[in-house]
Formats: sequence, C-alpha cells, structure tokens
Amino acid sequence: MADYLSQIIFWLGITLITLGVIGAMRRIRLWRQGQSSTVHWKGLLQIPKRYLVDLHHVVARDKYISNTHVATAGGFVLTSVLVIIVYLFGIKGAVLNWLMLFSSALMLVGAVFVFKRRINPPANLSKGKWSRLPYSLLIYSTTFLLLALPATGLLPDYTGSYLMIALLSVGVFWGFSEMYFGITWGGPMKHAFAGALHLGLHRRQERFGGGRSTGLKALDLDKDSLGVEKPEDFKWNQLLSFDACVECGRCEKACPAFAAGQPLNPKKLIQDMVVGMAGGDTAKFAGSPYPGVTGTYKGGAIIPIVDTLVPANTIWSCTTCRACVEECPMMIEHVDAIVDMRRHQTLEKGNTPGKSAELLENLKTTDNPNGYAPDSRMDWAADQNLKVFGEDTQQADVLLWMGDAAFDLRNQRTLRATVALLRAASVDFAVIGNQECDVGDAARRLGDEATFQRLTKDNIATLSKYQFKHIVTTDPHVFHSLKNEYPDFGGHYSVYHHTQFLAELVQQSKLKLNSTSLGDVTYHDPCYLGRYNGEFDAPRYLLESMGISVKEMERSQRRSRCCGGGGGAPITDIPGEQRIPDMRIADAKEINAGTVAVACPQCNAMFEGVVAPRPDIKDVAELMLDATVFEEAH
Amino acid sequence: MTANSSKDIAITTLLSVGQHPLSARPRRAEEDARALEVMLQFAPASMKALHAGDTADAQNLTVLKDYLGMGIPSIDVIPTSADSDAAEALASYLANAGDGQPHILLTGTRSEVGESSGFLPYLLAEKLAIPFVPNICDILSIDMAAGVAEVMQSLPRGQRRKIKTQLPFVASVGMAAAIPRQSSFGAARRGVINTVSSIDTVADEAQTAWKTEPARKRPKRLKVVKAKTAAERFKAATAKVQSSGGEKIYEVDKAAEAILKLLKEEKVL
Ligand code: SF4
Ligand code: SF4
Repeated sequence: MADYLSQIIFWLGITLITLGVIGAMRRIRLWRQGQSSTVHWKGLLQIPKRYLVDLHHVVARDKYISNTHVATAGGFVLTSVLVIIVYLFGIKGAVLNWLMLFSSALMLVGAVFVFKRRINPPANLSKGKWSRLPYSLLIYSTTFLLLALPATGLLPDYTGSYLMIALLSVGVFWGFSEMYFGITWGGPMKHAFAGALHLGLHRRQERFGGGRSTGLKALDLDKDSLGVEKPEDFKWNQLLSFDACVECGRCEKACPAFAAGQPLNPKKLIQDMVVGMAGGDTAKFAGSPYPGVTGTYKGGAIIPIVDTLVPANTIWSCTTCRACVEECPMMIEHVDAIVDMRRHQTLEKGNTPGKSAELLENLKTTDNPNGYAPDSRMDWAADQNLKVFGEDTQQADVLLWMGDAAFDLRNQRTLRATVALLRAASVDFAVIGNQECDVGDAARRLGDEATFQRLTKDNIATLSKYQFKHIVTTDPHVFHSLKNEYPDFGGHYSVYHHTQFLAELVQQSKLKLNSTSLGDVTYHDPCYLGRYNGEFDAPRYLLESMGISVKEMERSQRRSRCCGGGGGAPITDIPGEQRIPDMRIADAKEINAGTVAVACPQCNAMFEGVVAPRPDIKDVAELMLDATVFEEAH
Repeated sequence: MTANSSKDIAITTLLSVGQHPLSARPRRAEEDARALEVMLQFAPASMKALHAGDTADAQNLTVLKDYLGMGIPSIDVIPTSADSDAAEALASYLANAGDGQPHILLTGTRSEVGESSGFLPYLLAEKLAIPFVPNICDILSIDMAAGVAEVMQSLPRGQRRKIKTQLPFVASVGMAAAIPRQSSFGAARRGVINTVSSIDTVADEAQTAWKTEPARKRPKRLKVVKAKTAAERFKAATAKVQSSGGEKIYEVDKAAEAILKLLKEEKVL
C-alpha cells in the first residue's frame, strides 16, 4: 500500500523534475539572448556562502522574514534532497525518515509564517501568483511531514485509508508542480533557481564578502549601437539578475521617486524587464504600478523598451540614489539597468528630457553645466589667494577639487569654509583653477557617456601634469567619479571627501574645535558619500567633535532618503505628486531638527529650495568653521 | 492640396561653424542649427545640408558632426580656405546644381565668427536671382501648383507675420525659431561628410585689404524707464512701436532718392 504511494511519488517526481530541467534549459536560453559578459564560474561555488552571508545580511534587516526564509528555504532544500534520495533512488533508512520529519516540520513552521504575513500583506508585496505560494509551501511541507510520520513509526501506516492516500497524492502533485516544475517555468519559486545562479554569476563579484562596487561600467563608444534599446542588449548576467527578483518590494519602499509619485517603481521596472526578456505583456504583474501610469504594455527580446514596454519618464525619474540596490536582497542592480537604457536614449536617440540637452551642450562648449565662461571658474576665489597648479606651483600635498560649486553662490560658502579650515590646519594645498572641468557625473548619469569620457580624459590629462598626494573635494559626486570611475580611464588617485580629510585633521589635533550650541542638529547622508562609498562616520565624528549629538532621522545612513538632486533628476524634472527634497525636509522636521547638516552641494541646493519655515541647511565645513579655534597669528 | 504634395520639395540648409561667446570654442551656430531644425521639422522630400569651409580643421569637423547628430544623414562640404569668398563658392555650387537646386535655401541670419555681416543670404539671393526673406521662424505651407510658399517671419518684440513668397527663395532663420534638437552621438557617428571637389574658389580680394582687430564693447545707451506700473512695463516691452511720420514709397527711384536724402541728413555721405 505504502508502495503504491511510493510509486506515485516516484513517477510524479521523475516527470516533474524532467519538465523542470526542460524549463531550466529554456530559461537559460532566454538569458543567453543577452550580450556576452565575463562568466565568473568560481562564483558558483560560493553560492551557499553568499546566500547565508551576503543575501541574509540584507534580508536580516527584516528579522521576521529572514527567520521565516531560513526555515522555509532550509526545510525545502533538505526535504527535496531527501525526497530524491528516498523516493527516486529508493534508499531507505530510519535516519533518513527522521531527517525528513525534521526538515518538513521546519519548512512547515516557515510556511506558516509566510502564510501569516500574507494575510494582510503590505502594499509593496505582489499578489497574483505570489498569493498562491504560501499554500504551495504549506501543502508541500505538510505532505512530506505526513509521509514521514508513519515512516518513523510515530503514526500507524495509512494502509487502508484511501482518502489519506488520495489526499497525499494530490499534495505531492501540487507540491512537486510548484516547487520542481514552476521553479523554472516562471512560477514564484523561479527566484530560487535564478537567484542562486545570479548570486554565483553576479556581474559585480566585488559586492560579496562585504565589498563594494558602485562605479558605472564604462561603455565602449566604438560599438555599433550604444546602450540598451531592447532587452537582448543587456548583458546575459543582467537578464539573469532580473529573473532573480522575488517581488518583495523592498526597493519600492525605499525609492524616493516612487514615494514622490513620479512614474517609477524599481520593482515593476525589473518585472517589466522580465516581460521584455521572455516576451508577453505586463497584464499579469500584481504589484504596485508606476505611479500615474495605467494600462498594459507589451514587450519582447527584440522590441525597443522605452515607450513600448516602459514609459520614457520612468527611466528619467531615477535619482540614481541606489536605495533600491541597497535594499534588494537579491542584489539586483537597478541603477545599471536604468543608466544602460538612458545611454541609448541619449547617445542614439538624442532624447534626454527637460533641460538636459542644454546642460549636455554646455558641458561640451564650456566644461560646466550652466554655460559659464570656463575662465571664470576661479572668480569665486578672487579674494582667497589660492595657490594654483601650473601658475604658482607644480606640487602640493593636496589638490582641492572645486567642482561646479565654484559657480554657485551658496556652495562657494562651503568652499570658502573648507579653504579656511585647510589653512587653519596648515595644509599645503593648491587648486587647478580654470583648468578644471566638470567631473562628468551628471553627463554620465544622464547617459551621455561620450561627454563623460571626454571630460574624464581632459581632467586626467590636466592632473597628470602636477604632483600631489591626495585630492580633496566637497562634492560627493566628484568624490565618487574620481575615486571609482576615473580608474577605468587610467586616473588613479587618493581621493578624500572633505569630511574625511577634515576628520583626520581633527583626529591628529591639527584642527581644534570648540563646542557649539546649535540646538537640534540632524545629518543627512548624501547618497554618493554614504551608500556609494560607505562613508557614514566621518561627518558624524566631526559633528560630535563640535559637541553636537546628532539626532538621526528615521531614514539615515544606508537607508538615507535621497535629496532628489542626483542622476540629473533636477534637470529632467519629471513631474510627480510631491518633490523629493520636501519629503526629506519633512523627515527632518519630524524629529524637530533646527539644522540639517549636509555634506554635498547638491543636497544643499535641493534643501535650500524647500520653502520656509524649514530647518537651516549648513554644510559640515561651514559648521566647523564657526567652531574652529584659530591660533593667534605669530 | 494634400499634405504630401506640399512636402514634395527640396530644401537645403547652409551650415557654418559657430563660436561660443564665452569659451570661444567652435560649436553649432545657434541660428544655423535652428535653420536645420526648421528643415528637419518640415521634413520635405529632399533635405540637404551644405557647408563651405576648411575640412582639414579637426575642430570644424567635430562641429559638422554635431550637426549630423541632429539626424541629417549627410553634409556636403565645399572646401574653401579662410581667404576665399564663401559666397562665391556657394553661389556657383548652387547655380550649377541643375535639378539639385533647392526650392528653399535656409541660412542663419549671420555667422558667429568672421565677417558676421549677415550679408551672405542677400548675396546668394542676388546671385541666384531669387527672392530673400529675412529672419523667418517657420515654414508654414507650400503650394507647389502655384509655386508659392507661406512662411512665418519674426519681428522685434515677439511679433510675427505671415509672408507669402514665390518659390524658389532664400530665407534666413533667426533666434525666434524653435530650439534645435539635441545632437546625438550615434547619429553624428553614422552621418557622412561628402566633400564636393569640383568648385573653383575665388579669393576674397576685398578681405585681403582689411585690418581686423578685436571688437570693442560698445557703450550702451541708458534706458530711461518711464513706465510706472507693471502693466505699462508689459506694454512697453511688447506693444508695437507706432511709427510716427514717415511715408510708404513704392517706386524704386523715389525710394532710392529718399534713402540718399536721409543718408545725407545723417551725414553718412
Ligand atoms: S536609484 Fe533611487 S530613485 Fe532610482 S530606482 Fe533606485 S531607489 Fe528609485
Ligand atoms: S528588485 Fe530586489 S528589492 Fe525589488 S522587488 Fe525584486 S527582489 Fe525585491
């Protein structure tokens, strides 16, 4: 009798696993439509470790779901191995039975918690096929638990109970279908199959084991078609990564553009890429839409994405803040995908929205985004007596990179403060003056890789003429580009953000700070300093050195909410329901902050654009200048 | 008349290498790019872009690429050196174009570097013996049967007027025309620069006798603001200037006499 059931399980198992393997091959074919990219075979061996360490590091920010996932996934994998050993290979033994009992029970516990979370799911979770998954998990685990109970002798055999046997057969069929067949045929379990491979074959292997890889990949400008027009233009490992998405919606919860009601939802974007890769339409997507966008869109591997599958405004709403990437447990790279599509729109279509065309043209003709005379970059420093490389000196310890703050009245104050602080600490520094060009950050994020590379090469050529030990800049965007993106073009520098450099000076007691009484101060982490470069401590250390105890906003450090100023978003200016900087200042008001300390000229400009009453906006350097103890002149 | 037949014409746009006023770097000349935009938007059956200049200069070439980036597939270049007369070269090229002679020839109103006299379109119209319409911002319609085109001319203070003119004609496009589209890197790369070699260039004799020096800033007349209210200021900025006195003269002889008289009065002659 039990034999009879074993036979059913055997044949169902063989059939559905075979179908599953066929599905896997089909899926792999879909990924292979993409462009070639290095295959990191060694990464495959690291999958278990990456799952347990890197992925769980992210998942564990939500304890409930991380414990649930460990129980469910661990139970499932173990149960499945045992099912194959016991029922397919016919190896029997008491140990195996007890193990099966344990693993299915473990999975059942997990499944119950999955089920509980799904009773009243938050908006960021997808419905549709995902609402079916908890039942499938419950059925799979219960079925094998029930099968293990008599095998271990805890329950009498089901012999004679035809109802039980029928029920278990249905359970086996359902469970196998979802877990072995659906896993490669687009069911919710697809995330496990694609996710595991994606963890192994990730395009940015450096991200695992606590590393960071945030610079955009260089684009070969000699290629026939630039950027991504249609899904098959993505690298194969990007296509694989899209398939890994579990539709958990963590990215959606973190996305400032989504919260502002702009037509972007990173989760939907990734799902749309899956639709494009596999062909079909977006009707089955059961999560939050792009705000303000209705209707069904069609896609295919060789069908252009923008305006057919994804509205153009979707890709232009992104601030490239990386909040989505930071939150994604599957380590999907949304920003790469968005910039890839932007590159095609800009370089091939000449279709960059809003004022971007003007900005890019200005960069071409004047090396700065606003079209000021290139030889007026030093005008702000007319009274500063700065040493200029090439004019006054050929070498200095520090090269102070002024950035486009040089043209901006507000941010010139930050520059002045930084200059005063460097002088107070007797740092030997100089600037490259009017030879400096925009670093190319905005051009690159707007997809104009050609202009970025031109500016990069010009800047590297200028820098190669002088001797310096470090570059210091007050602009995290400059910091990121110089540090993480210039090396691809042969520019290798020791780059400091001014808060990092000043923190070292304070630590070495070269700068002495008084306590200030400023009231409640909060610190806003700039995306390009924090998430992009992992620097959360230096600015906080400086504020604390002034006797300020920083009041943290709810979203801070890794989870800081973008100011809305990155990725060219203020220039593309895609309409939404509210403005991102308003939301961020609301965060600051919620904790009654009187001053928001910032460390980025973009943040400064965005926040100062928020209507009063609002907290004061001050760069950390400006606050420091007020607190610095100047030695008596000798 | 159907929309299709109205597009069944040939337009050529003359392109020059401009110069950014602050950085002095070569760039798409703003008005020429607008002229190209007018042509691209009108999308006639035959579109051509024509440039007379030094093709050996790499910087000129990047600017031509920038124009190509707007989506015109090719630019014909008449090689001329700095000391030759571009107007002569262009005119003889166009006059010998035969069937290739355009119905409409678009230019900017004046070049951004060099003589910048704004005289080129006048010279071309004269040499080709066709009418000239200065400072247009759009081509409205073409009536091939009647051989007439309607264009929109921009006047000071944001005023516009429709003008009917016979085909073929030369028109200069001013800053009031639509902003030129973004130049895309890909299109620039795919675009082709054809060098036209069979033109005899004529040395610009007059130019050799000239002495050039950097322009001096001209003193600006101080503006006396009479308007007291916002409404008055708005009116002052937009209202049509009512010409007082003066008369309309239609006979050529009498008109010339009047001009001569004025020049004498102003002590120009
Ligand atoms: S980078 Fe930021 S703005 Fe762009 S999709 Fe991700 S979370 Fe949204
Ligand atoms: S992209 Fe990542 S964070 Fe967003 S829904 Fe998918 S798995 Fe979750």
